[in-house]
Amino acid sequence: MKAKKKTLVFNMILTVFICVSAILFIMPTVLTIANSFMTSSEISANYGAMLGNMSSEKKVFISENVNLKFIPDKATVSQYKEVLFKNPEYLFKFWNSVILTVPITLFQLAVAVLTSYGFSRYNGKVKNLIFFVYIILMLMPYQVTLVPNYLVADKLGFLEEINNTGIWRTLSEMKIMEDTTIISLKQRLAIILPGIFSPFSVFLLTKVMRRIPVSYVEAAKLDGANEWQIMTQIFLPLCKSALVSIGMLVFIDYWNMVEQPIILMKDSELHPLSVFLSQINTGDIGLAFAVGVVYMIPTILMFLYGEDYLVEGITYSGGIKG
Amino acid sequence: MKKNSKNQCGRRGEKIFSNACIVPSLVGVLIFFLIPFGIVVYYSFINNTIAKEFVQLDNYKALMKNTAFITASKNTAFFSVIAVPLAVVIPLGLAVILERNIMGKSIFRTFFLSPLMVPTASVVLVWQVIFHNHGTVNQIIEKFGGTPVSWLESSHGMFVIILMFLWKNIGYNMILFMSALGGIPKDILEVAELEGASRAYQFFHIKLRYLSPTILFVLILSLINSFKIFREIYLLIGDYPVDRLYMLQHFMNNTFNSLDYQKLSAAAVLFSLVMIVIIAVLLVSEHIFGKDVEN
Repeated sequence: MKAKKKTLVFNMILTVFICVSAILFIMPTVLTIANSFMTSSEISANYGAMLGNMSSEKKVFISENVNLKFIPDKATVSQYKEVLFKNPEYLFKFWNSVILTVPITLFQLAVAVLTSYGFSRYNGKVKNLIFFVYIILMLMPYQVTLVPNYLVADKLGFLEEINNTGIWRTLSEMKIMEDTTIISLKQRLAIILPGIFSPFSVFLLTKVMRRIPVSYVEAAKLDGANEWQIMTQIFLPLCKSALVSIGMLVFIDYWNMVEQPIILMKDSELHPLSVFLSQINTGDIGLAFAVGVVYMIPTILMFLYGEDYLVEGITYSGGIKG
Repeated sequence: MKKNSKNQCGRRGEKIFSNACIVPSLVGVLIFFLIPFGIVVYYSFINNTIAKEFVQLDNYKALMKNTAFITASKNTAFFSVIAVPLAVVIPLGLAVILERNIMGKSIFRTFFLSPLMVPTASVVLVWQVIFHNHGTVNQIIEKFGGTPVSWLESSHGMFVIILMFLWKNIGYNMILFMSALGGIPKDILEVAELEGASRAYQFFHIKLRYLSPTILFVLILSLINSFKIFREIYLLIGDYPVDRLYMLQHFMNNTFNSLDYQKLSAAAVLFSLVMIVIIAVLLVSEHIFGKDVEN
C-alpha cells in the first residue's frame, strides 16, 4: 500500500516536470505566432531596444527594456496583409524557397532509395569503405564544404553571369530560353545539385534497409521477383515511414538554409525567404513575425501529416522481426 | 549441381545490380563533395592559388600558431563535449518518463517537436528578446534583486548556445528513443518483472542494452546537429562575438570571407581528420554493442 502511494507521488512529480518542460519548449513557437498579430509600432516599441540602427526620432517611443509579450495590446492582421497582399516581394521569396527545397528533398530521397538499396545488399570491403566515406562527408559542417562547393560551382559555370561556357553556351545559342532565365536556372542548380547528392539521407535509409530480414528477400526470390521488384515492391513499402521522416528532416534543413544562397547566388532576387528572414532584424522587424509564421505553414502541415511516421520512423519500420 | 550454378549466376547478377545502384550517387558525391575535397587537401599544401608552390606543412604550422584558430577549436570542443552527451541523456530520460505516463503522450510529443517547425531566423528573434541585456531573463533576475547578466556578450553566452542546441534537438532524439523503447521485446521485461527485478535493474540491465544501438545513432546524429547549430549561433551573436563564443565555424566563415584559402583548407583538413577518428571510434563501438544485443 505504502509503495503504491509512493509511486503515485513520484508519477505526479514526473507529470508536473514533463508539463513544465513541454510548455518551455513550445513557448518560443507560441511567442512567434502571438507576436505576428501585433501592430508594427507595438513590436518596435517592445523590441526596438534590440536594434541599434533605429533612427533617432523613432527612438523616443521605444522603451529601454525589451518586453516579452504574449498578448498583443490590439490584435491585428495588418502584418499579414502587408506580407501577403501589399508587397509581392515576400511571396516571390517564398516561391524561391519552394523551388529550391522541393526538388532537393524529392531527388535526394530518390537517390537515397537506390543507393541505400545498393549498400544494404551484398556488402564488400570496398562498399563498406565507401559508406564510411559517406558518413564522414555527412559530418562535415557546411563551412568545410564551402570552398569545394564554390570551386565546383565555378568550374561548372554556375557562377558566371554570362552563358559563355559548355552546355550553357549551347543552351543560349539554341534560343529556347532567355539568357536571364538560364542565369537564374544556373544559380538555382548550384544549390540544388549538391543538395540532391548530400549523403545524409543515404546514411539514415541504409540503416533502416539493413534491418530488413534476408528471409523477405529470399521469399520474394522464390516467387520469381527480380532485384528491381525486390527494391520497389518490398524494400520501398517497408521504408515508407522512414522515407517520410527523412524527407521531413531534409526539407526542414534546406527550408532554413542561409549560407549556401548567400555565397552561391549572386542575384539576391533569387534568395529564399529564409535568407531574408535572417536579415530582417536589420530591416523591418515589425513584419518579422508574420513572415516567420507564413514561412512556418509548410512545416506545420508536414508535421500534421507526418508526425506518426516520424514516431514510427527511422529506427524501425513495421513489425518485421517477430 | 546445375541448379547450384544457376544460383551462382543469379547471385552475380544481383551483385552487379546492387553495385550499379550506388553508381549515380557515387558520381554525384565525387563531383560535388569528394573531388572538391581533394582540391581542398591540395590547397592546404601550397603557398597560394597562383604560384602553386608546394610548401609541405607550412600552412598547418601557421594554423597551429594562429590564436583565433586555437580559441575557436577549444570553444567548439567545449561546446560539443557538453552539448552532445546532454542531447543524448535528456531525451532518453524524457522518453522513459513519457513511456510511464501515457496520458497526453502525443500532445507532449508535439510540444517537444515544435522547435523543428519554427523557421530558424524568426525563433532567433525570440531568443534575443529573452536573453537581451534588458530582456526577459534579466528583468526577472532584477525583480528578485539579482544583478543582470550580459547573456549574449559574455562567456555566459555558451550557456545560451547549449540551451538553444538542446531546445532544438531534444524533441527528435526523444522520439527516436521512444520508438526504440517500444521495440524492446515485451516478454523479456515480463520475465524480469516476474523474477522481481527492480525498475532500476530493468532499465540499466535490459533496456539500456537494447537501446545501445539507438544511443550510438542519436550520438552521431547529435554530433552532426552540433555543427549545424552554427546557423542559430551566428544569427544570435553575429560574426565576431566575444572570445569565449568564437567557434570553429566562425573562424572558417571569416577566413572564407577574407579569401585566405590556404588557412581555411588546412583548418578543414584538420577538422576532417578529427571527425574521422571520432566516427571510427563510434562505428567500432557500434559494431561491438550491436553484436552484444543480437546474442
